[in-house]
This record gives sequence, structure tokens and C-alpha cells, in this order.
Amino acid sequence: MTIAASWYLTLAAVLFTIGAIGLLVRRNVLVMFMCVELMLNAANLTFVTFARRLNDIAGQTAVFFVLVVAAAEVVVGLGIIVSIYRRRPGATADDVHGMKG
Amino acid sequence: MTLLAATIPDAVTFVIAAAICVLGALGVVLSRNPVHSALMLVMTLFGVAVLFVEEDAQFLAAVQVIVYAGAIVVLFLFVIMLLGVDQKEAIERDPLPAQRPVAICVGILVLAEVLLLARGHWPTGARSVSGAIGSPADNVGLIGRSVFTTYLLAFEVTSALLVVAVIGAVVLARRPRPALGGSAPATGPAVEPDGDDEDPDDTEPDGGEAGTAETVSSAAAQAEDELASPEVPGP
Repeated sequence: MTIAASWYLTLAAVLFTIGAIGLLVRRNVLVMFMCVELMLNAANLTFVTFARRLNDIAGQTAVFFVLVVAAAEVVVGLGIIVSIYRRRPGATADDVHGMKG
Repeated sequence: MTLLAATIPDAVTFVIAAAICVLGALGVVLSRNPVHSALMLVMTLFGVAVLFVEEDAQFLAAVQVIVYAGAIVVLFLFVIMLLGVDQKEAIERDPLPAQRPVAICVGILVLAEVLLLARGHWPTGARSVSGAIGSPADNVGLIGRSVFTTYLLAFEVTSALLVVAVIGAVVLARRPRPALGGSAPATGPAVEPDGDDEDPDDTEPDGGEAGTAETVSSAAAQAEDELASPEVPGP
């Protein structure tokens, strides 16, 4: 008898919540980005949990695609962060309001 | 529905890995130093990889360690070191005073909602067509078969996504040059025509750190600058 799926789902919910709170609280752009990675990992854990519970490999395939999308997101996001810091060194998320209406 | 129904090694593994995950996640959010946050993120990723192994997703556990901890976090650390942003965040100066408690309240609401939904509303039980998980020895083969048959279109679209991401990263990391028609955006010292490498960085307030970032990308732009230098208007 393995661990019940609800424990994994609870852990994923906790991880997602910590990531969401961190995304809202922190102002360093890089740390906000890491919090997004935390939330993606929580979603991955949910996918794998349901793949095992439903005995369906599609959940693990979805995690595979999430990994690819996360890698692409990190590449583009870090490019944006590098270009922001190149213009304004030490900028936080609150300093980047150039597109505010 | 309880931990006690599991065998002792499973339960011990789950508890330890879950504790590592939660502690790492808290460390990401609570660390003042971004480098510490990145290392705590590695800790969480390893914990999630252990949980993947426990749930018969051996291939994904390996990919998690290699891609996430090996590539993505290293990319984070590389950017942190490159930009020199590893100083402490000024927690005291808060432009939006009510944001932090509101954010924590919203987070707790999200947690309550997700836990409430996770209690009883299981999915319908309808199976997709991609097949069963099978034994742990078949894991890689099953994922490969699923990716290359059922999800072949998504796989191809993913390759297009990666190409777009690479091109986007190259465009974003490029130094903006005013030689292209003279309609470059007014960005201060960064758009000054650069006769040599170090010139525009000296006028920035954090020139020492930014100069390192500039010189990496300016090596490729330097050759093009020499070609385009007759058309560069004077400052």
C-alpha cells in the first residue's frame, strides 16, 4: 500500500500557495521568477499524482511538456530581466512601471 | 486516506521529501539574498524528484534533476552573478503598505480553496487513450510512445515554441543599436554609439557590474558595429 493520493495533492497545494504568496510578496524580479517555478513544480506533482491514481501515462507526458514550457519561459524571462537590469541596475518590480497607463 | 496505511519505508520517504520540499519553498520566499533563494529552490526540486520516484515516474525524476536543478537554476545563478543583484532586498521600504498582508490572506484563501476541492471532487474516471503506467522498467518507453504517437502534434508545437524562445532571447539580449534608421528608443547611455566596448557602461551608476554583462553580448555586436559605424550619427 503506497501513500494515498490526497497527501500528494495536499503537499502540491501547499507548495503552490507558498509560491503564490512569494510571487505577491517579494519585489526582486528574480525571486518572483523562482516562485513561478515553485508553482509549476506543484502543478507537476499534481499531474504525476493523478497519473498514478488513474493509471494513465498521459499525466507524465503532460509534465514533460510543462518542463519544456518552463525552460522556454525561463529563457525569455531572464532575457527580459537582463535587459531591464541593463537599463536600470538594481531595479525591483515596483520600479518597472514604464508600461503603466 | 491516512499515512499509516502505507508501508513504513514509503511513509518515511514521503515525510522526509515533503519536509524538504516545504522547507525549500519557504526558504525561496523568505531568503533576503537571491542566491540563497536559488539554492533553496534546488532543495525543493530535489524533494519533488524524490516524490516523482516514489510515484513511479522515474524518467521525470531524472529530467527534473537534470533540467531543473542542472540547467534552469544554474541559469538563474548565472544571471544573478552576471547582474550583481545579490544584494539584500530593502524590505523596510514598501511602496504599497497593504500589499503584504493582503497577499498572505489571498494565499491562505487559495490554499483553503484548493484543499477543499481536493477533498472529494475526484475526476470522472474517464481514461485517455495513451495507456497505462506499467512497470517501472517501462517508464521511459511508455512516455516516449505517448509523446511520439498520441501527443505528436503537441511535441511538434513544442519544438516551434523552443525556436521562438531562442529567437526571443537573442533579440532581448542584443544591445540596441541606433544605426538602424535612427529611430532607436531613447534609452539614455545604453544607446550611445559605441566606438569601443567600455564606453557606454561608464556613465551608468553601476557600471562595474553591468559592464560584465555588456561585454559578453557585445562581442557579437562588435563585428556588426564596425560594419555599421559609417552610418552611426554622432551623439
